[in-house]
Amino acid sequence: MVDARGYSCPVPVIMVQKAAKNNNELTVMVDNRCAVDNVTRFAENNGFSVTVTPEGDDFRLELKKD
Amino acid sequence: MEKKKSWLGRNWLLLVTGVVIGIAALVLGKLGNPGNMGFCIACFLRDIAGSLGLHSASAVQYFRPEIVGIVIGSMIMALATREFKGKGGSSPVIRFGLGAFVMIGALMFLGCPLRMVIRIGGGDLNAIVGLVGFIVGILVGVLFLKKGFSLRRAYPQSKAEGAAFPLAMLVLFVLCATGICGLFRASVDGPGSKYAPVIASLIAGLVVGALAQRSRLCMAGGLRDAVLFRDFGLIAAFGAIIITVLLGNVILGSFKGFSFADQPVAHTDGLWNFLGMALVGWCSILLGGCPLRQLVLAGEGNSDSAITVLGMIAGAAFCHNFGLASSAKGPTENGKIAVLVGFGVALAVSLIFTFVRKKEKADG
Repeated sequence: MVDARGYSCPVPVIMVQKAAKNNNELTVMVDNRCAVDNVTRFAENNGFSVTVTPEGDDFRLELKKD
Repeated sequence: MEKKKSWLGRNWLLLVTGVVIGIAALVLGKLGNPGNMGFCIACFLRDIAGSLGLHSASAVQYFRPEIVGIVIGSMIMALATREFKGKGGSSPVIRFGLGAFVMIGALMFLGCPLRMVIRIGGGDLNAIVGLVGFIVGILVGVLFLKKGFSLRRAYPQSKAEGAAFPLAMLVLFVLCATGICGLFRASVDGPGSKYAPVIASLIAGLVVGALAQRSRLCMAGGLRDAVLFRDFGLIAAFGAIIITVLLGNVILGSFKGFSFADQPVAHTDGLWNFLGMALVGWCSILLGGCPLRQLVLAGEGNSDSAITVLGMIAGAAFCHNFGLASSAKGPTENGKIAVLVGFGVALAVSLIFTFVRKKEKADG
């Protein structure tokens, strides 16, 4: 679980980049659209599939490597 | 699984934004803005600082509508897409200081990253020297980002806090443009006296602000994302601006080839052009975005970015009150000292928020 709420880009992506090194499944929480877009873009470029669910003012991203 | 979009499918809006900014810069230049300065965030904030009487350099005072347009354009777009959110509290005082040093670096070089690109497109080789400095500054910043640098998280704030800065800019602009309030200063000669019609400037700002909000365009983010994530969207937009301005200048017949000497509002001191933009690049990475991006984020309700913009305005005032800003004749001694102090501050902030933070995390 990566809680990147409150951080603005590129920090959320760097947090995910670090966590994704030894994980095939990852949950990421962010609080802005820009971070959703950037994390999704990064994850897809690195072989993850991404599902985004809004949760109140935040977003939950489920990253999965097939 | 949803099909992955093509590179162009993901980045077309960024490219469009780059082209539109390039065209806006050319058109505003033709309509009266200073040479190679169709669109410069640093210069325009400096002119606003002058207009508000925060400095008394009589040649650079004008309440630039482009700035108001960018902030309000971003705000309208963010409201329409429900992205407008009040948030802040991520090291505001440090951001204010870094904002001031971005301005000190930019006025050493005579332009923000956006004007640097516009100057390159206008054939100004000094701006290539600036670009090399900018790249080095960004790479230094990225080094700290990789090691875990962050100015810490922001927290949700009220919508009123988020709207305060954009609305204040709007009110000041209306007071100034309608002439209700005669306190604002305006240059009678120098760069501040050269401007496009108010309505053209405002519309250009609104369009650029709205597009930049959607596309997240950032002049410092391009190289950063290319190095960190092998993501080349932003850097392509950076290239799109240069190509648009270059082609536009050739078509308009204002391109006179590449040279160092006699470029509009520029000097030829290579070392300080390099160092000025290196400081801008480094501080922009620490702040999470270039001056344009800070304006756009301030429009989205981010009060950390609003503070950064206020820091840039204060920085511009320092520059002209204390003789830090360069002129066409070259840099000043005071300016050189201020840029070196800026490097000291950037280094201290980088070290503290990369390594002390890690230790606190480990302890806590």
